[in-house]
Amino acid sequence: MASRKYDLVIRGGRVIDPALGFGSDATVFIKDGTLAKIEPESAAGRRSLKSLDKSQLIDATGKLVVPGLIDIHVHLREPGHEAEETVESGCRAAAAGGFTAVCCMPNTTPCIDNQETVKFVQDRAQNADARVYVVGAITKNLAGEQLSEIGDLVKMGAVAITDDGHFLQNPEIMRRALEYARMFDIPVMQHAEDQYLTAGAVMNESFQSARLGMKGAPPVAEEIAVTRDIALCRMTESRLHIQHVTTRGAVEAIRQAKREGVNVTAEVTPHHLILTDEEIGREFNTSLRVNPPLRSRRDRDAVIEGLVDGTIDCIASDHAPHSIEEKDCEFDQAPPGMIGLETTLGLVKTYLIDKGYLSWADAVRKMTINPARILNLKGGSLSRGAAADVTIIDPDKKWTVKADRFRSRSKNSPFVGWKLSGQVVTTILGGRVVYDR
Amino acid sequence: MNRLSSRHLLGLEDAPHRDIELILNTAETFREVLDRRIKKVPTLRGITVLNLFYEPSTRTRISFELAEKRLSADTVNFSTSASSVAKGESLRDTVQNIEAMKIDMTVVRHNSAGAPYFLTQCMETNVINAGDGSHEHPTQALLDMFTIRKKYGKLDGLRVVLLGDVKHSRVIRSNIFGLKTMGASVALCGPATLMPYEVEQFGCDVYTNLDAALDGADVVNVMRIQGERQQSGLFPSRREFSNLFGINRERLKRLNKNYTIMHPGPINRGVELTSDVADGDSSVILDQVTNGQAVRMAVLYLLSGREEGESQ
Repeated sequence: MASRKYDLVIRGGRVIDPALGFGSDATVFIKDGTLAKIEPESAAGRRSLKSLDKSQLIDATGKLVVPGLIDIHVHLREPGHEAEETVESGCRAAAAGGFTAVCCMPNTTPCIDNQETVKFVQDRAQNADARVYVVGAITKNLAGEQLSEIGDLVKMGAVAITDDGHFLQNPEIMRRALEYARMFDIPVMQHAEDQYLTAGAVMNESFQSARLGMKGAPPVAEEIAVTRDIALCRMTESRLHIQHVTTRGAVEAIRQAKREGVNVTAEVTPHHLILTDEEIGREFNTSLRVNPPLRSRRDRDAVIEGLVDGTIDCIASDHAPHSIEEKDCEFDQAPPGMIGLETTLGLVKTYLIDKGYLSWADAVRKMTINPARILNLKGGSLSRGAAADVTIIDPDKKWTVKADRFRSRSKNSPFVGWKLSGQVVTTILGGRVVYDR
Repeated sequence: MNRLSSRHLLGLEDAPHRDIELILNTAETFREVLDRRIKKVPTLRGITVLNLFYEPSTRTRISFELAEKRLSADTVNFSTSASSVAKGESLRDTVQNIEAMKIDMTVVRHNSAGAPYFLTQCMETNVINAGDGSHEHPTQALLDMFTIRKKYGKLDGLRVVLLGDVKHSRVIRSNIFGLKTMGASVALCGPATLMPYEVEQFGCDVYTNLDAALDGADVVNVMRIQGERQQSGLFPSRREFSNLFGINRERLKRLNKNYTIMHPGPINRGVELTSDVADGDSSVILDQVTNGQAVRMAVLYLLSGREEGESQ
């Protein structure tokens, strides 16, 4: 058989690629797992597609065709917590959510502070439905004391370092981490939370914690941590990435730092953009127990503003699977975290695009090229020759979040039952359809 | 209407005025029972009540148990030291196993805020909150209100000072909600480190100066100071606490005539209250304990759904 001209062609859709400045109806041609070309829609173009086999053609009429989405903050739980998620199931969830690449956090058991564990995760991800980029631990055993063999981790493919879930409380260690990471041109991703101020906290400190009698984490705990790390980043001229920003104070500190040219980037989760601490007292739903906690409206509005004006670079889910058993308990006994991979796109569409905060191009930028740039990842754009990672979205499709439809092994989402608009229909990874609704 | 609007008593934050009034009025009847020679009525005969205590408690547990017995209910007691919790059984499994032995009502004390609500999601029984973490302790606030109303004949228009650890006190929280619903004016007083963040949103007057708080008040409800708060550095010493926030005879002069001193117990004598005040004519501390039984009888009766005169 003669070699085919193209393996897969996506026609009829509106292609949105902020990195290329592209936003119009076009046909996407894929060959050998890479993007061969994008051509504007034309009558001649449509005729030339007639020779194609039906199986090679995806009709995306009325749909959006965007670069495969990238989520730089995901917990895949493997090794050690396979009942909650595995690399395989997490990547299936990613594909269903339109994500073709995820960055997995190192708080596994054992944690990812050594080459063997990086390799283990990479091996698991070999045939998975998404690309997995490993983020290594800043300190051995995530203990906040001694630096991991970061050179080793990077050599094996780690794209960044973090002690996610644990703030590096000792500023001297943080300084060393920033200095050391600079040698490898990788960012230090920090979970910004002064733990002296948040000891024992189970929610945000506000009138809501006052009325529920729960120990609260004050927003300033984040602001103080962010401010300190910006100062260290400025001094070391390194790269700092602030994970899941939730407070007005942190947004303002990052905005100011960026204005000064400090090399700081930031992410925000859909849940911190949408939910507030007022939800908790209604039913004590343990899916709402997250760290950092859901904040007040004032803080929630500030992170939306920060996302809109570019202070916050990208949207990341902090997908944190927990088993039903772990979450079916008293609110303060539940481990923090909620899953997010399969709801991010619908939530962003319904609560940010439909409410007029972001255009589709803005939203796609914050889920593709921006996160790619933070971590120097390939992808995030449909440029010629790039791996054919493509997501097709039905922009106004109404759907209801259902727990039994999650591909994640865990169901801990407070959005179950929510009616959303905007749904991923097809996800293509390296030219292979890994998800098709 | 002789029915409460909910089949559970989880807290007073959302309790309507008429529910509170119905409980207090019903408690009057049961209060009379307690003065009889035979202090027992057949009202809840055949009903089994589970007392589920995940936290140590003396007076609340005994008060509930006596209330149940005086209503002729059967009671089962559960406390953590004797339970399977130590073996790692979840709260849901624990209560569902006990409920499988046919329980009608559950009284729960738990150190997690929201645990009583959680129980309503795993059991069919009525649930009564006997204190959940630092959240609510509705029957304590109801008995406090009952005691105040008994003395003044009303709650509306009275000035009540809630004094002590506002941040961690579930008794204060339930009192705030209940008293405000009933039209009392509420003042909160305590050290700034024991005030919750954004406390002013409760809609009460907030004081860190005791004398100012006491000015023109009718009732002072003094909360217990827990030793662990001092250990965690929330105030420097009991001595200093007593100097700044302790109630003594001298300070009582600022109160209205016919003032009342209350305390949910147990008292740290000499810290929160001097003994002469605790035992003085204006103290209703022991009345609170007696009234507590009547209020709990009323709550159990009303939630049981039994009609008056009906028993089996």
